[in-house]
Amino acid sequence: MVVNKTASELQSLLHSRELSVKELTEATLQTIEEKDKTIQAFLTVTGPEAIAAAEQLDNLPDDKRGSLFGMPIGIKDNIITKGIKTTCASKMLENFVPVYEGTATERVKDSGMVVVGKLNMDEFAMGSTTEHSAFQITRNPWNLDRVPGGSSGGSAAAVAAGEVLFSLGSDTGGSVRQPAAFCGVVGMKPTYGRVSRSGLVAFGSSLDQIGPITTTVEDNAMLLSAIAGADYRDASASEKPVPDFRNSLTGDIKGLKIAVPARYLGEGVDPEVREAVKKAIGVLESLGAHVDEVDLHYSRYAAPTYYVISSAEASSNLARFDGIRYGYHPADAKNLNEIYLRSRSEGFGEEVRKRVLYGTYALSAGHHEDLYERAQKVRTLIAQDFQNVFKQYDVIVGPTSATNAYKLGETIKDPLTLYANDLLTTPVNLAGIPAISVPCGFAEGLPVGLQIIGNHFEEAMLYKVAHAYEQATEFHKQTPPAREGN
Amino acid sequence: MSNFTKEDIQYYANFARIDMPDAEAEKFATRLDTLLEFSDRLKELDTTDVEPMTHPLAIVNVLREDTPEDILDRDEMLKSVEDHEDGLIKVPNILD
Repeated sequence: MVVNKTASELQSLLHSRELSVKELTEATLQTIEEKDKTIQAFLTVTGPEAIAAAEQLDNLPDDKRGSLFGMPIGIKDNIITKGIKTTCASKMLENFVPVYEGTATERVKDSGMVVVGKLNMDEFAMGSTTEHSAFQITRNPWNLDRVPGGSSGGSAAAVAAGEVLFSLGSDTGGSVRQPAAFCGVVGMKPTYGRVSRSGLVAFGSSLDQIGPITTTVEDNAMLLSAIAGADYRDASASEKPVPDFRNSLTGDIKGLKIAVPARYLGEGVDPEVREAVKKAIGVLESLGAHVDEVDLHYSRYAAPTYYVISSAEASSNLARFDGIRYGYHPADAKNLNEIYLRSRSEGFGEEVRKRVLYGTYALSAGHHEDLYERAQKVRTLIAQDFQNVFKQYDVIVGPTSATNAYKLGETIKDPLTLYANDLLTTPVNLAGIPAISVPCGFAEGLPVGLQIIGNHFEEAMLYKVAHAYEQATEFHKQTPPAREGN
Repeated sequence: MSNFTKEDIQYYANFARIDMPDAEAEKFATRLDTLLEFSDRLKELDTTDVEPMTHPLAIVNVLREDTPEDILDRDEMLKSVEDHEDGLIKVPNILD
């Protein structure tokens, strides 16, 4: 069956005309229909639109075919898609149909990809299990009683289950990398400013980045090359030239200098996860890399810093949802204030209301200095910590998550466990640097992710290291039970 | 330790235009207490001479010509509006 082929196998079949984009799209839609009954990764499947797009692509002459011609892709439902419902997994936007296209999805289409649907997530990207979706529970393809991670849980689960080979997620505090780790796929959080945020529904504007999720490092590199680069619609999107990231997949990491922060393998990290990551570091050494232990002193302050800054930015960003121009509109509201109050109270879920409230408090007169400004100062220290390490080292390596995928329903009861996990992912967003998660083994039969962190705009370096590791191991070839049966 | 009272929560919820009945306010008071205690860790650090970081990249103003682009279609946009007339959005009375 075509859906079990790799992206490059599919591309050669398309180029030799042995397979049409329409046939591939139809097969993909059928696979989604079958597998998503249990995985529940998709909130919207765009069958007719995808077939229409596929037919148009089939008529394109060879010289007009983009770098990812014909490849089906799923999009996290906080990235707007013109004419296609974009809900952020919130009752607030249950019926919201955007009137313009986001830059990343526009570029996805320009590269020849076919958008087949929108993927489940924690409401407004706030969460790390996808259980905070207002609509459905997405399951981990490796074990249906486990969460896929989050907030881009649908994006990771859909790729892991073989429903699509490509998806886009977003990462504000780990939301691409952690679900990628939990689902045994590759997830990249690019440098802040590498990918335009135009069309990404804002959560924490100084932290948010769109990132690709795929089964292989090469596919990931291709997708980032397609979506990255300057954009007049987002002044924070960098003018830096975007290399073809595939050129960095040389397999040669001899002489590479790797830093391993002691804290990243310290207390709170599951012993099996630690073992898998240590073995992975051993593989990198055997490929010629030089490894040293370092101290990232301020990383233990990253999670509280992250919660203050992200909630403050969220409280401001989510002020736009007022029930007037779009979004949930309460019936029979008697006055304007009642529209505001009821649309926001009935439209936002509990986790979203909590963070908006915390952010409002952090920004309020009397607490601003002590909480918000203090967090911004600690953010400086965290960013400097990384800069000091990058003076001597090429990359920083550690686990993506302290544990394997949580059991469904397990995590909501203990938010502090979740917050402790944030130590591994949130510092990266605070510093605005890139990081990638690649599969590096198993703990209790569930995937473990190796996180590779680089300096600003060093995605090529991350792809090089991730690819070298991937090619030296077999983990990326192992597929979950939910993927088999085709 | 309890930092937030029910009344505190209702006070801040009003800024965010979130309805906060008593029972909800008590629940949120506990949750925000947890978050605030968590943030106390930041007080361990001396940040006297540290500059606050507002943005990950040092970007100076990015300017472009003041020419209209991406002009959105009014009728398309009004499709998501509950109540409108003559191309304008209708809301209930502001004053009772």
